[in-house]
Amino acid sequence: MTAAAAFFYLFAGFAIASGFMVIAARNPVTSVLFLILAFVNAAGLFVLMGAEFLAMILVVVYVGAVAVLFLFVVMMLDVDFAALRQGFQQYLPIGGLIGAIFAIELILVVGSWAIDPGIVRTPIGQTAASEALTNTQALGRVLYTDYAYFFQIAGLVLLVAMIGAIVLTLRDRPGVKRQNIAVQNARTQGMAVENRKVPSRQGVEV
Amino acid sequence: MTHLHSVMPTIGPLLPEIMMALGAMALLMYGAFRGDRSVEGVNVGALILLILTFFVVVSGHGKITTLSGAFISDNFSRIMKALILIGSAATILLSRDYFQRERIDRFEYPVMILLCTIGMMVMASANDLISLYLGLELQSLAAYVIAAFHRDDVKSTEAGLKYFVLGALSSGMLLYGASLVYGFTGTVSFPGIVTALNADSTGLGIVLGIVFIAAGVCFKLAAVPFHMWTPDVYEGAPTPVTAFFASAPKMAAMAMTVRVFIGAFPDVTAIWQQIIIFVSIASMALGSFAAIGQRNIKRLLAYSSIGNVGYALIGLAAGSEEGIRGVVVYMLIYLATTLGGFAVLLALRRKNQMFETIDDLSGLSRTHPWLAFSLAAMMFSLAGIPPLAGFFAKFYVFAAAIKAGLVTLAVIGVVTSVVGAFYYLRLVKVMYFDEPQAPYEPMSPGLRIVLGLSSAVVVLFFLVPAPLVAAAGAAAKSLF
Repeated sequence: MTAAAAFFYLFAGFAIASGFMVIAARNPVTSVLFLILAFVNAAGLFVLMGAEFLAMILVVVYVGAVAVLFLFVVMMLDVDFAALRQGFQQYLPIGGLIGAIFAIELILVVGSWAIDPGIVRTPIGQTAASEALTNTQALGRVLYTDYAYFFQIAGLVLLVAMIGAIVLTLRDRPGVKRQNIAVQNARTQGMAVENRKVPSRQGVEV
Repeated sequence: MTHLHSVMPTIGPLLPEIMMALGAMALLMYGAFRGDRSVEGVNVGALILLILTFFVVVSGHGKITTLSGAFISDNFSRIMKALILIGSAATILLSRDYFQRERIDRFEYPVMILLCTIGMMVMASANDLISLYLGLELQSLAAYVIAAFHRDDVKSTEAGLKYFVLGALSSGMLLYGASLVYGFTGTVSFPGIVTALNADSTGLGIVLGIVFIAAGVCFKLAAVPFHMWTPDVYEGAPTPVTAFFASAPKMAAMAMTVRVFIGAFPDVTAIWQQIIIFVSIASMALGSFAAIGQRNIKRLLAYSSIGNVGYALIGLAAGSEEGIRGVVVYMLIYLATTLGGFAVLLALRRKNQMFETIDDLSGLSRTHPWLAFSLAAMMFSLAGIPPLAGFFAKFYVFAAAIKAGLVTLAVIGVVTSVVGAFYYLRLVKVMYFDEPQAPYEPMSPGLRIVLGLSSAVVVLFFLVPAPLVAAAGAAAKSLF
């Protein structure tokens, strides 16, 4: 057994185990942490296949952004997962059916490939694999040359999304105390301290 | 990287888009740093930018394809961009007063209009499926935001949400169709698709792909049977935003439709012609019959815009050079009529209350004779009565349809426009023969400019039709 195969079984085993733990864990925060572990292992599998760009994107986007967002949502929202699991028995038939269909499809895919490996055809327009270029470099070369125009428009789409989110949700709340260092530094004794004469047995109104 | 040739592509033809993008970002920065005090400045800046870009667009000439074939600048793209820029500039003029009074006057609004306009310009210049989709997405995303711009108003947020959900669905359909076309032809560029289909156009996948693309496109055009969102979104969105949706994005959607069908599928007309004919007939019929029962002018204009898209599609169904010329002339006149109609609607204001039902127009001829005259001209034009502009618009598309042998389609068009005349003329009757009400407040300068210009186009088009029709003819010629 080569080192590559050993790593494959390591990553694949961990991915399946953590995938199972995502649905089995009692605490939703633990579920999200296992989800992150599953993503990292899937990234390891991508590296083994020579798709290192996809692996890095998976870590950056899914682990760095999506999973962390999940974690925030799970922690901020008071979701009662025990209550959500109540109907488990009720949904079992339809869920089981969908699971069975998936399983049959997977078996068919693997089975047809095992019977006749020639059934998997090379796609048209496939670029020749180059030893000299990593796929990050290969993607970068077309992304910033042939597809530079699309790249720029996609940037504008994201800008619109950002402005839109701010316009539709940001509100100036009155009464929020913000730190303003310039004002703090400009404070004088006269602004902060007031001298009052306190008459005996009467006190002062604040 | 010595072995990599870095050749700068020709970006000259993109000058209008680059100007708009840089200008929009500069105005955004100005607004973000100056805060609420900048609203006036950003509005004026956006207006100047749109006018400057308009002149840059109309000064272009020739047919240039650049950026690895993704971008095309020809007569058709320039005339559509000019119409889009007019629509956007008019929207900014119409919006100013309304937004101030509604207290939703924020600097992001003109910036969003500018970004939306860039998306529309990209659509008009798209020469492959990726730039088409990205332009559409840029335009739509900005449109969803401005539909919900009055965020404390339930109707406006509802309009934004409905538009967003249904728009995302239609984008998905378009994308699905595009992926099928890519899968069966092996290319995304329009000239490449033409070559691939000339070699082999027998796949069922191509038919499915074209059907899905047509569905996505018809949604953006608000053509039947993908029109359900239109009346609700038009009624819910702030009125100037509705004026925008009915003007500039329609031009862009029509430009996109013509680009896809004439640019990418010119030799497989048999596949898409029947779809366009069906959509055209259904839109004209629904636009005429469903509008009869409407009391709200915004909804009425929404149904009217559905009907008008149907008439414009007659020209596309013809699939000929005359047909596309008819489409361009139709869209030009539709733009003027729609903007004028919305300018009148925005003028119906008394003590910070907007009026938008047909009964509020009663006796307008005695309280505001010029306003009533302009609206009457728009309505006669929409009904297609000569010598107003609307007559010529319909004349050119019907003539092209008859020349292409689509006599039935042209006859149905004439019949539905007679039905449509009923509700257009009812507005004229209400204005001229019903009892007058208390007068409305005087119009703001922005409304006056838009109404004056659009009335001039509608009323005086018959005096000098030649240059505009010739420009439309040159635009159509550049596609064939």
